[in-house]
Amino acid sequence: MTKVVLTVDDSRTMRDMLRLALAEASFEVVQAVDGVHGLEVLSQTEPDVIITDINMPNMDGFGFIEAVRRDERRRGTPILVLTTESDAAKKQRARAAGATGWIVKPFDPAKLVDAVRRVAA
Amino acid sequence: MEAIRATFFQECEELLADLETGLLAMEEGQGDSETVNAVFRAVHSVKGGAGAFGLDGLVRFAHVFETTLDGVRNGELEVEASLVALMLRCADRLSDHVSAAKVGESLDPDGDQDLIKQLEAFCVAEEAGEAGELDLPIAFAVVPLSIGDAPEAFTPLVASTEAGPAEWRIEFKPHATLYANANDASVLLRELARLGELRVELNADALPGLDTLDVFGAYLSWTLWLTTEKAEADIRDVFEFVDGDCDLTIRGPGANDTVDIAVTSTPDIGDGDRDLIPASAGPLEGEMSLQDLLAMARGASSDTAEAEAAAESVIATEPRVLKEPSPQVSESANAPSAKSAGKATDVAQPTIRVDLDRVDRLIDLVGELVINQAMLAQQVHEAGLARSGNIALGLDDLEQLTREIQDSVMAIRAQPVKSVFQRMPRLVREVASMTGKSVRLVTEGEGTEVDKTVIERLSEPLTHMIRNAVDHGLESPEARVAAGKPAEGVIRLAALHRSGRIVIEVSDDGKGIDRARVRSIAIERGLIEPDAVLTEEEVDNLIFAPGFSTASAVSDISGRGVGMDVVKRSIQALGGRISITSIPGKGSTFTLSLPLTLAVLDGMVVSVGDHTLVVPITVIVETLQPKPVDVRSLGPHATVLAVRGSHVPLIDVGSAMGFRPDPASGSGVTILVESELGGLAALRVDSIQGQRQVVIKSLEQNYDQVPGIAAATILGDGRVALIVDVDGVIALRRQTATRPTLLDKAS
Amino acid sequence: MSLSPSVDPRELIAFHLGGQEFCVDIRSVLEIRGWAPATAIPQSPSYVKGVINLRGTVLPIVDLGARLGLGPSEPSARHVIIVARISNKTVGLLVEAVSDILTVSDDRIQPTPDVACDTVRSFVKGVIAQDTGMISLIALDGILPETVAEAA
Repeated sequence: MTKVVLTVDDSRTMRDMLRLALAEASFEVVQAVDGVHGLEVLSQTEPDVIITDINMPNMDGFGFIEAVRRDERRRGTPILVLTTESDAAKKQRARAAGATGWIVKPFDPAKLVDAVRRVAA
Repeated sequence: MEAIRATFFQECEELLADLETGLLAMEEGQGDSETVNAVFRAVHSVKGGAGAFGLDGLVRFAHVFETTLDGVRNGELEVEASLVALMLRCADRLSDHVSAAKVGESLDPDGDQDLIKQLEAFCVAEEAGEAGELDLPIAFAVVPLSIGDAPEAFTPLVASTEAGPAEWRIEFKPHATLYANANDASVLLRELARLGELRVELNADALPGLDTLDVFGAYLSWTLWLTTEKAEADIRDVFEFVDGDCDLTIRGPGANDTVDIAVTSTPDIGDGDRDLIPASAGPLEGEMSLQDLLAMARGASSDTAEAEAAAESVIATEPRVLKEPSPQVSESANAPSAKSAGKATDVAQPTIRVDLDRVDRLIDLVGELVINQAMLAQQVHEAGLARSGNIALGLDDLEQLTREIQDSVMAIRAQPVKSVFQRMPRLVREVASMTGKSVRLVTEGEGTEVDKTVIERLSEPLTHMIRNAVDHGLESPEARVAAGKPAEGVIRLAALHRSGRIVIEVSDDGKGIDRARVRSIAIERGLIEPDAVLTEEEVDNLIFAPGFSTASAVSDISGRGVGMDVVKRSIQALGGRISITSIPGKGSTFTLSLPLTLAVLDGMVVSVGDHTLVVPITVIVETLQPKPVDVRSLGPHATVLAVRGSHVPLIDVGSAMGFRPDPASGSGVTILVESELGGLAALRVDSIQGQRQVVIKSLEQNYDQVPGIAAATILGDGRVALIVDVDGVIALRRQTATRPTLLDKAS
Repeated sequence: MSLSPSVDPRELIAFHLGGQEFCVDIRSVLEIRGWAPATAIPQSPSYVKGVINLRGTVLPIVDLGARLGLGPSEPSARHVIIVARISNKTVGLLVEAVSDILTVSDDRIQPTPDVACDTVRSFVKGVIAQDTGMISLIALDGILPETVAEAA
């Protein structure tokens, strides 16, 4: 069955790149432009994996992850965080908020797909 | 990928605009945390995208900039004027980087050094001041960012075992946090199984009794034997995301403890309930007991879990380690929740991108439709059918509908002037720094909308005017102080809608125009007779005369005039007008008035002899039928009309246009118009035919600009009628009356 | 049709003006249409008759006879307008009836004889001898008023 990935990123460029990479690996891609929008999309979709940026307007990645984790039904949905640097502190914070893993930007499409597969149940 | 690249540069443009807007707000002291965040995000996103396209130079510069902004965001750096000014220059530099990248070039990194050093200086100073308070290691130095920085770079690579498969012993004990973050032991085991042959041994000794079991707890541990040709790094990669969320020991074939990650205790592997699961076949489907157990253990199942899971599950020894509050996390906790999400996202209305060509084609067609509708109406009228109720009603409806279609289509092309205005702060900064002046730019009415083409063609003249205002309008800081003014000069750029046009004002609080000087230059260049009698206003407007300024005269002129005739021409080409008012010692204001659209205008159709002309409604104050006694001669050529006690120049349109040699005598209608300079004039025509909306047709496209004529249109009878340029007509009259040479070149 | 490249023939449209015959290169001609009353343009040279509506485009009309110094035309029903593309502008040329379409190779075009006056010399690029007489080939580049050409 086709796995559904929700990507949350305010950058159009990044959204396009995520869509391209994931669609090529036959994932179904659903997109949102920020945390608030992401939660809205989540109320209508059941993604297998969520990928989210950290720095976003309205609701940032940390807030988004926490909100997702507060939802009983999403407690087990893997969330990957996009971070620009290999900043350990950022990863730690994302993890503290409830992130499952991370993808370092700029990402290699193969690595991205690999990370998604790795956390998808 | 090319398409994404295009998207990237498009997005960069928007981000850079946001960046500048935000920094300017900070400069004004209005930088709340959301502004700072937006500014940070803009640089961050530019960097992120640039990284994906391997734009190293851009990434490197953006990184340092971003680091500084991060400091500001975290409150580690004080927002002071000098820092904001520096960041504005960095924004300019970043914009240059993007522009270069767009055309496949890259800037010399040496050009960044100065800015980078200054940024670092800020950070270092702050760091020194608050040493010890920084808990995050922030790289303030230039960190050459390795593109494609992949996760495994953080784990030391152990040489891959090319010597054939080896058996690894892995002790793995998840913490509750592992499950809380939606990591899944079964998925991890599945991933390990991909690497080779995996034997799994479950240790469920720690499972508590039913009464004490926490569904979110972690009670299970595993001992795994993996036979693989892969290196240790590959094995560790599998556990990358759970680093710190589990106890993990990996023992290589050499039997030595190689590396331990977050080993808090060595799992005690009991001999009891041992379950050996051959997992080499991949995912653990079919291993139901394990699957069920895991589901329980990670608390994925809901309320019913408690009872059912009891037998298999265990106690929570540790509370969920989820909260690690930081400023941002708590902030986002207050962010709108999913319920209010709809409202928040409604703000961004859905849009589509359409090729401009398509819109323009539509506008052209609608223009034809308008003309056609007018022609049809006229023909029906001439055929004497208009009296028939149904036809008249139908025509009215058609006209109404046509007009609405036209308005809607025009609205598609309307855009806020912001896109032009936001280029000006940078210009002001650059000219100010070149000329050693201190300048503050104030903009107003950025949201004022006008046709896209008007906006595009406004950029150049506006750039010219702003540059002039800083360079020639404002005095040096010393001179300003000496004159009792603040050292910092103010340039004001404002846009507003006024009676169906857009008015743009560029004003400065500088020294104003030196009229004596302007006058003497004009005489020197043969633009006016030495004895010409001119009002102050007329003197000021001499700076727009072709031939007034030449390159060699620029530096001498203690006013303005650098190519202002060029500015005037380009504004006129847009159907606009420009004028200046100036108060010595106080400053000057340029006023541009432009049509909102280049496609239609409301006009009054008038007759002059055999000729039909259209006068734009926007300039008409009223129409009069003056008594002969109110018309008085003034000098040999001029005539004035007495209107409620004051006298305004009376212009016979027919003779001003050259349609007839002498002003028509006798009756006629007079249209009182307001010129762009604010003065009144009376235009005499023979009769008024009516009022209608006309489609503007360019006369320049196939011919040329004509003095006194703004454009052409096509009337209901299919014939071309000319649209009167009221100021042009006034100028024509003046030309014949007082200054024979001033406008000669334009004809 | 096989052609020698050195004598690449061109098609020309011939017309009458003030008792003489002229022609222009057909490649610059967009269409030929009947005369329609033009709207006068103020401050324009006398040879600019005004502008007409050509399917929504404002088209300036040049009285070619007047432009060539042959005296102004009194437009009548037999006059036609040759709509031509001159540099990047579209212009209507008022002429008396079009007489012919000629196919002429370049080597048949002779230099303009010295006798011609300046006005003629500035527009006539060469002459073509025909059985019926001589046809002057007009170069359209300089037909528009100077400022128009500058702006173009």
